[in-house]
Amino acid sequence: MIEVENLTKHYGDFVAIEDVSFHVPRGEVLGFLGPNGAGKTTTMRILTGFMPPTDGRATVAGFDVFHDSLEVRRRIGYLPETVPLYPEMTVEGYLDFVAQLRSVDERWDSIDRVMEQVDIVDRADDLIGQLSKGYRQRVGLAQALVHNPEVIVLDEPTLGLDPKQIIEVRELIRSLSGERTVILSTHILPEVSQICERVLIINKGRIVAEDTPEQLSTRLEGAEHVRVTLDPSADGVAEVLGAIDGVEGVGQVGNGSYDITCALDVELRPILARRIVERGWSLLELRPVGMGLEDVFLQLTTETEETREPEPAVETVETEEDVDTEPVLEETEVAREEESDA
Amino acid sequence: MRNMWVIARRELGAYFASPIAYLVGAGFLAVAGYFFSAILALSLQATMQFAFSNMVVILLFVAPLLAMRLVSEEQRSGTIELLMTSPVRDWQVVWGKWLAALVLYLAMMAFTGLYVVVLWRLGNPDYGPILSGYLGLILLGGALLALGTLTSALTENQIVAAVLGVALVVLLYVSGAVTDMSGPDSLVGRFFGYVSLSEHLSDFMRGVVDTTHVVFYLSVVAGALYLATRVLETRRWR
Repeated sequence: MIEVENLTKHYGDFVAIEDVSFHVPRGEVLGFLGPNGAGKTTTMRILTGFMPPTDGRATVAGFDVFHDSLEVRRRIGYLPETVPLYPEMTVEGYLDFVAQLRSVDERWDSIDRVMEQVDIVDRADDLIGQLSKGYRQRVGLAQALVHNPEVIVLDEPTLGLDPKQIIEVRELIRSLSGERTVILSTHILPEVSQICERVLIINKGRIVAEDTPEQLSTRLEGAEHVRVTLDPSADGVAEVLGAIDGVEGVGQVGNGSYDITCALDVELRPILARRIVERGWSLLELRPVGMGLEDVFLQLTTETEETREPEPAVETVETEEDVDTEPVLEETEVAREEESDA
Repeated sequence: MRNMWVIARRELGAYFASPIAYLVGAGFLAVAGYFFSAILALSLQATMQFAFSNMVVILLFVAPLLAMRLVSEEQRSGTIELLMTSPVRDWQVVWGKWLAALVLYLAMMAFTGLYVVVLWRLGNPDYGPILSGYLGLILLGGALLALGTLTSALTENQIVAAVLGVALVVLLYVSGAVTDMSGPDSLVGRFFGYVSLSEHLSDFMRGVVDTTHVVFYLSVVAGALYLATRVLETRRWR
């Protein structure tokens, strides 16, 4: 549905995005993740025909975003980061204007439909300038949906909303997926894992990772960690637990606390618990320490390893992860080079 | 064409939702009405000629005020992103906005029809120069609004757009003065005489409708709106 190849955009000397390539099949919900200024908005603006790329090409539904801009714009519903609203218009008047701009057939049916969809029917006659932030965001969403587009591009759709509204908007976006292709950008990580089927992490104008939220976590993690806390009087813990089949490393992270690196796909917690109890040690805590998307994100978007929080004290873990993460980064690096050669 | 109307209709709604249209309109009519009545009382002639030439001077300031927010406000508030990602061409946006300002301008002009009614009641005016004078004013107004639309596209700030607009139209209006200084036969003189907004107006006021003058004003409209469209397009490339 959306094909992006080697997209590059410069503003003067500033490189907003560099050599960005990705594909989005029909019906997928893709999340753009990245810190502010990473190039998310620029990419979206190119896709929606707001600005042309400096280099590279992008097609939406088979139409080039530059050469067939109008065809692309007909098929896209776009919610920019600053919601484009006219404060002096009523909600209904505004949606009517947008529907006319996009030559919607049976306009009023469509307007009623989207107002219902985003739940603003009771505000239809209110002036937009008097609406709260949450309602404005909904009007913005309604605007993007009124022509029933095949592709929906949402730039920070939950920005500035309260938690309840965020949940509502997320549910709305989820309900849209299916036939429609959705691209949304965010810097809120849970949002991505909740709504998106696939994530693109962008940093400094480049794609640094691309996968499903779950895959991304595990791939970068390479191993699972279990945190075990025992009564400090326990002796020889590292030797005993390290002898268990599947345990790849044991490191002490505190008084009585140990970080245990386990091989993937093996559930070691019952075995750990049994061994500990057999020894007569008092078990105070036993929990898995997953590497959340936050950690993945931080790791990908910052070069230094110091910012990695979870187990800075554990030597074994650190080295393990170095080995596991770097190939991933190199893979994308290599992939990108191959693309540019071709 | 349809898209242009959609843009123009929204723009007209915006005019009447803000005090600008009322303020500028009322201000124009107050000043124009004052000149009309003062001139009539002094000259006791059933003619619009003097009132027209005063209205023209007021229009140099009023038209840029009417046009100042057309594009600048969209750029400031970010709604330009909606228009530029809708299946609408840039020129349709620009022409639609100009059209809305023109409709408002025509409505304003319609009120001055009262002056003609007064003349008709009190005397026996010659309607030829009045009609051609109105035609000239409408053409001039269209040109002024197009130039105002151009300056509005150049900036996000309405005030800057208005100041630039006034400066531009006043310069173009008085550029005939260069002709007086350098002589009408020199190339420079001829050029500044030709681009002068005022030189082309005098025939209309005398009751003469010359197509060259009509073509001149229409070219100013087309040229200014073409430039405004290009300015809007370059926003995309930045």
